[in-house]
Formats: sequence, C-alpha cells, structure tokens
Amino acid sequence: MNIVVCIKQVPDSGDVKINPETKTLMREGVDAVINPFDCYALEEGVRLKERFGGTVTAISMGPPQAEKALRETISLGADKAVLVSDRAFAGSDTLATSYALSTAIKKFGVVDIIITGKQAIDGDTAQVGPGIAVHLDMPQITYVRKIEELADGKIRAERMTEEGYDVVEADLPVLISVVKEINEPRIASLKGKMSARKAEIPTWSAEFVGADPKQLGLDGSPTMVVEVYAPPARKGGKTLEGEPAEMAEQLVTELKELQII
Amino acid sequence: MALIIHKDKCVGCGVCVESCPFNALTIVERLAIVEGSACTMCGACAEEGVCPFEAIEMVKATEANPDVNLADYKNVWVFAEQKKGEIQSVVYELLGKGRELATTRGQEVWAILLGKNVSDKAQDLIHRGADKVVVVEDDSLENFEDGIYSKIITRLCKKYKPEIVLTGATTVGRSLIPRVAVQIGTGLTADCTGLEIDKESGLLRQTRPAFGGNIMATILCPNHRPQMSTVRHKVMPEAQTDTSRVGEIITEKILDEDGFTRSRVLEVVEALEDTVNITEADIIVSGGRGMKGSENFELLHDLAKAVGGAVGASRASIDEGWIPYSHQVGQTGKTVNPKVYIACGISGQIQHLIGMQSADIIIAINKDPDAPMMKIATYALCGDLFEIVPEMIKQLK
Repeated sequence: MNIVVCIKQVPDSGDVKINPETKTLMREGVDAVINPFDCYALEEGVRLKERFGGTVTAISMGPPQAEKALRETISLGADKAVLVSDRAFAGSDTLATSYALSTAIKKFGVVDIIITGKQAIDGDTAQVGPGIAVHLDMPQITYVRKIEELADGKIRAERMTEEGYDVVEADLPVLISVVKEINEPRIASLKGKMSARKAEIPTWSAEFVGADPKQLGLDGSPTMVVEVYAPPARKGGKTLEGEPAEMAEQLVTELKELQII
Repeated sequence: MALIIHKDKCVGCGVCVESCPFNALTIVERLAIVEGSACTMCGACAEEGVCPFEAIEMVKATEANPDVNLADYKNVWVFAEQKKGEIQSVVYELLGKGRELATTRGQEVWAILLGKNVSDKAQDLIHRGADKVVVVEDDSLENFEDGIYSKIITRLCKKYKPEIVLTGATTVGRSLIPRVAVQIGTGLTADCTGLEIDKESGLLRQTRPAFGGNIMATILCPNHRPQMSTVRHKVMPEAQTDTSRVGEIITEKILDEDGFTRSRVLEVVEALEDTVNITEADIIVSGGRGMKGSENFELLHDLAKAVGGAVGASRASIDEGWIPYSHQVGQTGKTVNPKVYIACGISGQIQHLIGMQSADIIIAINKDPDAPMMKIATYALCGDLFEIVPEMIKQLK
C-alpha cells in the first residue's frame, strides 16, 4: 500500500503574539514544530503500513528549513520524505498550495491513501486537504476519528461531526484528514533517529514537479491578505471574594441581573 | 500583490526579521532578503512602524483576471446546510449577514438547498430573508457526501454566477466548500468572523482569526468569482422570521454529469454524552485538571443542567480519559463561542484560551488567583470548585 502523509511545519502558535504597543508580530523564541494534527496523520499512516505493508512517504511544501520537520517524520516511522520548495511558491494561498502539492504527489505514481491533519494550527483553514483531493480527482473523508476497515479497494471510517460521527465508506484511492482522537502518536525510537540522521531528503522544485507557474505563488492565488492586526486584548473583570456560598450568591445575582439565567 | 524591499533604504538592521511570523526574512550582506517559499505575504513586515527606514512596501496588484468577467457575477448565496431535513441554525445567521451584504450591493439573497424531501423547508428560508431558493432533491442527497454535493454546487455556481457564496464553518461546510472553490478555481476564506463590503471597491472584506486567534487577518478575493467564505457559527445574529416575505423557488435536478458517488454515508451516529452539542450551546460548563477525576464531572453535568448548558473540557481532562474527545475545547479540540463559559479548575493555557476566549462572559473558578484564566475572566472566583459549584447549583434551584 502506498501511503502519503502531508505535513506542515508551523510556528508553535502559543508563542505568536502581536505586541500591543508596536502592533508588530513578536516571535521571540518561537519554535518550528510539525503541525500537531499532522503527527496523528503520520502515526495513522505508519500504523496502516504496519498492518497492510507498503511505504509511507511524508511530503511538505515549505521553506528549506522545513527539512527538519520531514527528517523528524522518518524518525517516527516514515520510509522517505520529500520537500517541495521553490521561490515560485511564495505567497501561495490554499488553492495554489493544494495544486503544488498535488503535482508533487503525482510524481509518486500510484497512491492508495493520502493522509493529512484536519487543519494546520497557524492558518486553521482545513482547505489544503480537500484541495489536493480535487486536483487528484479523489474522494475524501474529513475529520476521521477512526479507520474501521480498509479492504477490497475500499475504506470505511468514522467522520467526526458536531453531534457524533458518521460512518463513511469511500473507494480508494482516497484522501482522509484526521482528528486527534484517532490515535496516540509514538515517540521516536533510537533506530528511527538513526535512520532520520542518515536519510536523504530531496528538494523538489516547481519545475521538477512540472507545475504550471501561472497556478503557483501570487499568480495562482485568488485571495490576498490586506490587513493583519491584533484582536483587542481581553481584560480581566471582577474578582469575587468570601465564603463559597457568598461567592456563588454574588455570581448568581449578577447573572440574573444580566438576564443570562 | 508584491512585497518590495527598497535596497536604497534598507540598512540591514534586522528589525523586520523579528516581525516575520514565518521566518521568511533574513539579513544577507546588510540587506533584508525574503525567502520566497516561506513568505505568505501576510504583510506583517510592511506594517507601519516596523521598518524604521520604511524600506519594506506591499504593492497591491490591480491586474485583472482575463478569464473572469466580474460584472457577470451578482447575488449573495447561502448554502442551506440541513441534517435529517432540518435546516442548521448557522444558515439563519448566514441569511442575516447575506441580507445585509446583498442590500449594500443592491442584489438578491439566494439559498441553495440540497437533500431528500427538503422542498418544504424552502419557504422557511424565504421567511428568513432569501429572495430565491434553489432546491435540488434526490434520494442520493439525503446525507451529505462531499463529492456529489460539491459537483452540484459547482455546476450551479457556473450556471447562475453568484458574486458571493457563504457557508457555515461546520464539519460539512469546511469539507464541501474547499472542493467547490478548487473546482471553480476561485478563492476561499475559512472561518470568517467578520464580513463587510468595502465601500470603495465593492469587494467582500473577509476577516478571520489566524494563529488560533492571536492575529486577525482581513482577506480579499479581488479578481476571481465567486468570493467564497465559510463563517464561524454563533458570531453573527440570526435573521428573524417574517412570514409575510415572498420569494421564488427554483427547482434544479441532479444530472449525470454530477458524477457517481465514490463515498457513501453508511450510518449517522449521535454520540455525545449530552444532548447539547458544545458548538451550539449558549452556556458551557467546562472542567480541567482541577476536576481530579471522571467521577467529578457529574458535578459539572448538574451545573450544566441547572443553567441549561453543555459540558466542555480542557485537553488535560481528555488526556486523562475523564470525558470523551468530542467535549474538548481548544486548539486541538473545538472552538466555541458561547454567551457564558464557566471554567472550573482550568488554569487557562494559551491552547485552551484560543478555543473559548471570544465568549461574552467568562467565569473562572480556581484555587490559584494567578492562573491565566482568572486574569481574563469577567468573574473570577478564587476558591475550591468542589465547594463553590454545589453552592451555585443549590442557589440556581
């Protein structure tokens, strides 16, 4: 089984803030990490390989430093990794990004399943996965919390919904995006770390993957960011004091006055 | 749009390097250089006051897209998401906002309704503000299926050419609309919390949180149509029902060209511990590490029942196995926007705050007065939740 896992290197979002005085982004000591949801995607890919055999290929589009994240995927069980990186990708929105990644994935030849995290924690769009599926003309199952079965050219999985979950069946090849509940990612083994150190991670350019330059970067991106600002900081309010019963009474009185309860 | 670094002004001081959240700027030989593939054109480095020498500039491109005649596109579309034949409440919020946008543009609001035996809901959509409702009914459309739903909506967009398409940022909306946008080749902005028409250009200004709400970004789709957004639930007020409103119902059929389904919903399972789902709830009672064990969540269920709310939880409670993942609020769980969020024994790590800090009122109950949640709370109750919560329940009864 040929399994492809898409990952993104993201800033550890807890650290990205706007300085309220200068209105500029502060990124002191911001670490770059594998997008947390992609760790579950990778783990699920490795587990499928362990059950059914095959290979797991991790792919990422990003700057040269994203190679570090890809190397980490090898320590966690991926067989190989490819970095898609080129100046031509600068300013790509989700349409151009999903196009670029799909052209790269086509170079792998036959693919049975593509796994992504449900979204990246920096952009939070959840659009690149479905975009790749369309570019490759594949069905998709999003928000997967469990793969129930994978056999006879079909997958059956549980898609998390607001109310519970749907059991969805799809034909292979398929793209799935996964939520945290699906598994508990492993920790890198010593052997994995050794393989990661030795791994060769090729960098594929736009030309190499045969991407149409008009569909990349700014030219290929219908959306543009025109303004970035910090949301108004949330200020603290009242501190209630006293015995538990007094505090509870004060609170209930206030909420009743506000006609909330 | 392009990012320009004026070489004559740049002195290589490195201030801009610090401003970039994507590590896309470096200083090489006393000159700022943009690493193309890392740059997302977010514009942070070109903000006023960043570069002391005003050497960085964002230049907006006005290049027209020859493939799209913008003037052909009009009207605001709302995807009328339904489950088991029931219109989802986010649709009414979209109709409210859609009405406002359409009026500003001098256009109509259309609702797009797909399903099995759903045509009786079309009148409801008209009463809530739709001028026209496009109804596509078929047995195969009973449950949401990404492939066929997206093919039909893509085809309808190409036929009727809406200027704006709004969809709820729900599981269904966020799976469906990215496919439609890519099939059409237009732009899509996810999870918007603000939508308005730009007075000068007439374009849709789409504002959304990024980096888990630490940053707000306003996004335009200038040269492609439709302009498409998914909209966060419970941010915008619902359109009110006006039974005197009249509108037109357009019936469309499913066609062979919409393709065959390559995925099928076999079963729909409602599996929440409560009947109230946290993304819909007006009041959420949430528990964290301070709950100490699964047995104590009973207390939160009692409080939730007393105030008519739902039960949420922090990541710590989920990881301990005290309550299922579907209740998790925060970065790796759900983003909620209730009127009241009652945080019991939740310290308030940034990853949790990201998921709930837009609540109107935050009530924090914690032993530690210095916990971050206590600092942002509208009402901070410093004390033992196991004493305070039972008192609250008692008084509410």
